[in-house]
Amino acid sequence: MTPASERPLTAMIDPAAGPPDCAAYGRAGGWQATRLALGSLAPAEIIDMVTRSKLRGRGGAGFGTGQKWSFVPKEPASERRKYLIANADEMEPGTFKDRWLLEGNPLQLVEGMILAAYGVQAGHGIVFLRGEYQEACARLHRAIGEARQQGWLGENILGSGFSFDIHIHSSAGRYICGEETALLTALEGRRATPRSKPPFPQTGGLWGAPSVVNNVETLCNLPHIIANGPEWFTGLGLGDDGGTKIYGVSGRVTKPGAWELPIGTPLRQIIEDHAGGMRPGYQLRALLPGGASTAFIDATALDVAMDYGSVEKAGSRLGTGMAIILDDRTCPIGMIRNLEHFFAQESCGWCTPCRDGLPWVERLLDAIEDGTGRDEDMDQLDRHARMLGAPGRTFCAHAPGAMAPLASGLKLFAADFAAHIQQGRCPHQAGAGAGAGP
Amino acid sequence: MWTAEYPLPAPMRAEILALAAQELHPRGASVAALRLVQARFGWVSTVHLREVADLLGISADDLDGVATYFNLLFRRPVGRHVIMLCDSVSCWIMGREPLCAHLCGKLDIRPGETTADNAITLLPTVCIGHCDHAPAMLIDDTLHGDVTTASLDQLIDTLRNTP
Repeated sequence: MTPASERPLTAMIDPAAGPPDCAAYGRAGGWQATRLALGSLAPAEIIDMVTRSKLRGRGGAGFGTGQKWSFVPKEPASERRKYLIANADEMEPGTFKDRWLLEGNPLQLVEGMILAAYGVQAGHGIVFLRGEYQEACARLHRAIGEARQQGWLGENILGSGFSFDIHIHSSAGRYICGEETALLTALEGRRATPRSKPPFPQTGGLWGAPSVVNNVETLCNLPHIIANGPEWFTGLGLGDDGGTKIYGVSGRVTKPGAWELPIGTPLRQIIEDHAGGMRPGYQLRALLPGGASTAFIDATALDVAMDYGSVEKAGSRLGTGMAIILDDRTCPIGMIRNLEHFFAQESCGWCTPCRDGLPWVERLLDAIEDGTGRDEDMDQLDRHARMLGAPGRTFCAHAPGAMAPLASGLKLFAADFAAHIQQGRCPHQAGAGAGAGP
Repeated sequence: MWTAEYPLPAPMRAEILALAAQELHPRGASVAALRLVQARFGWVSTVHLREVADLLGISADDLDGVATYFNLLFRRPVGRHVIMLCDSVSCWIMGREPLCAHLCGKLDIRPGETTADNAITLLPTVCIGHCDHAPAMLIDDTLHGDVTTASLDQLIDTLRNTP
């Protein structure tokens, strides 16, 4: 038995060597969990272990994984069609963690899917992969093919009577497909508009069958939880949450990148120790802690622990855990305009407030950044931030997510907004687009 | 208005039917089938769209709704190569605007357009998950990071000489 790593998710990732094949994966500790689960654990025990591990969804929403699974009807896979879907549609701006896992160790995802599928007794697995991830797609294809050939996928795995196979759905690019009900609609070959809940996917998902959708990083944790136990997993976290988390930093830091660290690692440590702090000549002004749809926090909040509860107390969300840094030489209004352009473009168009509201916000920001903004535009922005930001006024969480950086930005950068309107131009030296060079 | 002028090759029709057969309902193969057509022809023409819809047993309008929904499915012809320059937040902070302006000047096109020699189409794209190497872009299926005007010039020159 290989000693349990403190960085289980990335321990086997070696870019120079490429992803491990089935044998190398096994030598490094892989497949232990599958042997254990299919050999001696009941599906309910898997769900119980994952619940006790306190694993929460790593895709952004942070729902308890064991709890999510608990709503799935309990019939054996052989008696009822059920789906286990890996959400690999990583499209949150500023987020590049799942790519690392998919390209670095695709078998880890395969094994995580086997375990999740065994737990909820799903016979059909799908990886919903974003279309741009071509390298990940090729590596995943090879991994699934080899796993199938070696008997880790297919009929009657390890003689357990449990059958499960995985199919890759290569998508064609829409942010909303990351929303789990929109993802299901996309899999059914329709425009990917979200669905009304209930029914929840766990009872009425893909083609009406019970379906579980879990993020790639979430699933990759499972082999380690099952092999080493939930207590070991909770011990990895620094605060209330269990496990490690892949954190990342982009923007004008010395060493942008992603690192697997104990969940609850302070933000300051991630930025200063791992990302090497700001580049010479730049100061950190504010940041989005977990992707484009999380609220700004400013430089005074850097000591926040990067776990679900602490980031929420600091007024934002852990989201994907991938921070985007705003430096002092980049225009905050330009940055918010860029974010709202993204959200307006990626609105699915299904509900009116989102479809019409987000482009309106974008046009107001365009005007302010370009120097033709008026005082009353601020009231409009504020109204949109309140109306679209509150959950329940739009069909899904897209618009509230879009309003998180706007609402927080209106407070944090009030003086910048005023200066743009008063001066009739963007006062930042490089103007919009941050052309100052690296 | 049906025209059989540019029918899909027979092996591709068979491949699409095979994709459809793997799904619980044939329409589940919509995106995969459209991607297959695009991989071969560069884009999805209306003639081909109708043929795919026919193979999947759904209406052409229904399938067009899907085809026009996704960013990576092209319903208009593109050049021999497609450059997709990320326009999301991390790349924007790291200077994608001046890069885009440089590229437009060099190619003499605006984003969304194709060069006169039909070699290159320039499209903006949402975050491609390469933010630690921003600004980033895709040229066809290949990812490029830490792009500068110098590296961009070099890539374009190579591209112009590749069929």
